[in-house]
Amino acid sequence: MYEFLKNLDRRWVFLLMLLSVAVPILLNARFPEKPTGLARAVFNEIEKLNEGDPVLLAFDFDPASEGELGPMATAFVRHCAEKKLKMYFMSLWPVGPRMVEDALDRVVRPDFPDLKYGEDWVQLGYKSGYEAVIKVIVTDLKQLYTTDRFGASIDSIPLMADIQSVQDFSLVINISAGYAGTKEWVQYASTPYPDIILVAGCTGVQAPLLYPYIPEQLPGLLGAIKGAAEYEMLVLDKYGARDENGELDEPGKYFEGIRRMGPQLIAHVLMILLIITGNIIFFIERNREGSS
Amino acid sequence: MKRTVPLIITFLGGVVLIIAYFIPYTQAWGEKAAVFFDVLAAIAFVLGGGNLLKNHLKKVSDRVAGWGYSVICLVAFLVTLTVGLGKIGVNPNTQFSNYAWSGVYDQVGSPFWWLYEYGFKPLTATMFAILAFYVASAAFRAFRAKNFEAILLLGTAFIILLGRTYAGVVLTGFIPDDSAFSGLKLENFTVYIMQVFNTAGNRAIMIGIALGVASTSLKVLLGVDRSYLGSGGD
Repeated sequence: MYEFLKNLDRRWVFLLMLLSVAVPILLNARFPEKPTGLARAVFNEIEKLNEGDPVLLAFDFDPASEGELGPMATAFVRHCAEKKLKMYFMSLWPVGPRMVEDALDRVVRPDFPDLKYGEDWVQLGYKSGYEAVIKVIVTDLKQLYTTDRFGASIDSIPLMADIQSVQDFSLVINISAGYAGTKEWVQYASTPYPDIILVAGCTGVQAPLLYPYIPEQLPGLLGAIKGAAEYEMLVLDKYGARDENGELDEPGKYFEGIRRMGPQLIAHVLMILLIITGNIIFFIERNREGSS
Repeated sequence: MKRTVPLIITFLGGVVLIIAYFIPYTQAWGEKAAVFFDVLAAIAFVLGGGNLLKNHLKKVSDRVAGWGYSVICLVAFLVTLTVGLGKIGVNPNTQFSNYAWSGVYDQVGSPFWWLYEYGFKPLTATMFAILAFYVASAAFRAFRAKNFEAILLLGTAFIILLGRTYAGVVLTGFIPDDSAFSGLKLENFTVYIMQVFNTAGNRAIMIGIALGVASTSLKVLLGVDRSYLGSGGD
């Protein structure tokens, strides 16, 4: 056994990882989520807003991180739609607008068909320049965004009438997979202009780097799929439809974060077992070397 | 000339941005400089495309190892560029139906959308997903409790790995929520580690980086560090 594990072909490890991810997906395993303080903080910042308040949603991610960030994008859009907030979408990543379209296709178009483009939500699209875009739009949004994503003049869009800069938004929600993202929004928006309230959702590797900004510059943060699942739970608890037994009766798309926590649980346990096994081999080897 | 002009532009750009930050009267200067940057960033895409063509065409012409990948890269680049810039298969925007090119380049059903949906999207998602397999393999082979620091790291990793899933809730579910030991519940302990130890360490690193960035920026602005201009002579 020792010899087998010591010379274990890494393809066995790959197979184990494949099974640990595939089996919970196939079995549709779901585990309960207990929201932590940061997820509650994000939820409460949106809950504080009144109907019709303008919210800027910056989708700074791409398909590579959709697995982690897609579910929180869905939950954010649903929460804003349920609260009847005015949604303004933009992106600092070239494929960000497609991520916005995906979220709109999942939430707004099928479940909130009454929301009208230009009156309830608008797609401002992508602008190149990373943090320099933020630096300009915090004081003058129309200097860079002269048209929406579809080429219509920004002045012809009713929703833009009262918006001059990012400071006019009641809340900025950023979903970030890296540069440019939440860190830049903190540095160029919420830090120099403390009236800008920023909450964010980010990938797992980014989260530790953003904790130093909590709570002054960043009141709430959703870290990876775990944060998304907690936030989903809060949104579902408040706005989810229930059947006669009091159970949540919602389509699967609103449980994506919770569903993806299943594979994460098994994969994490596998990682721990692999590390322990690797260390057992290491100590046996060291003892044998010492005794010889 | 080739070096002096970029040095002057860098100096003026940097000084304007610094002044604009500290003197409210000059704030508009900083915004103007940022708009220049945004325009340059858009132009940089053209430069980037040209550079990509140059490098990969050279690899193909020199027949260096793996030149076949360069051919794939060039074909993918040129096809996407042509389809996107030409807005091939895109219907005009209903608001501006008289203008043939008024539709958005990635309109649903268009060839560009097809390339994105069935090429780019699955490929990038696959690349990211493959990480899980390599991380698992690396954890098995490299994560060893060789010394005290490594043991601390391992212990923290276990707590975070378990605390970020339902396993943490199950393993320490026996500790009552309202007891004095509730902080030891894995899900709470994970939050504590992230908010205290991680934040303290990261803040220290961030302050160090900020000081380094300030000193490097000063060297660039004053022309002491000219490495960003490349190695070409005057």
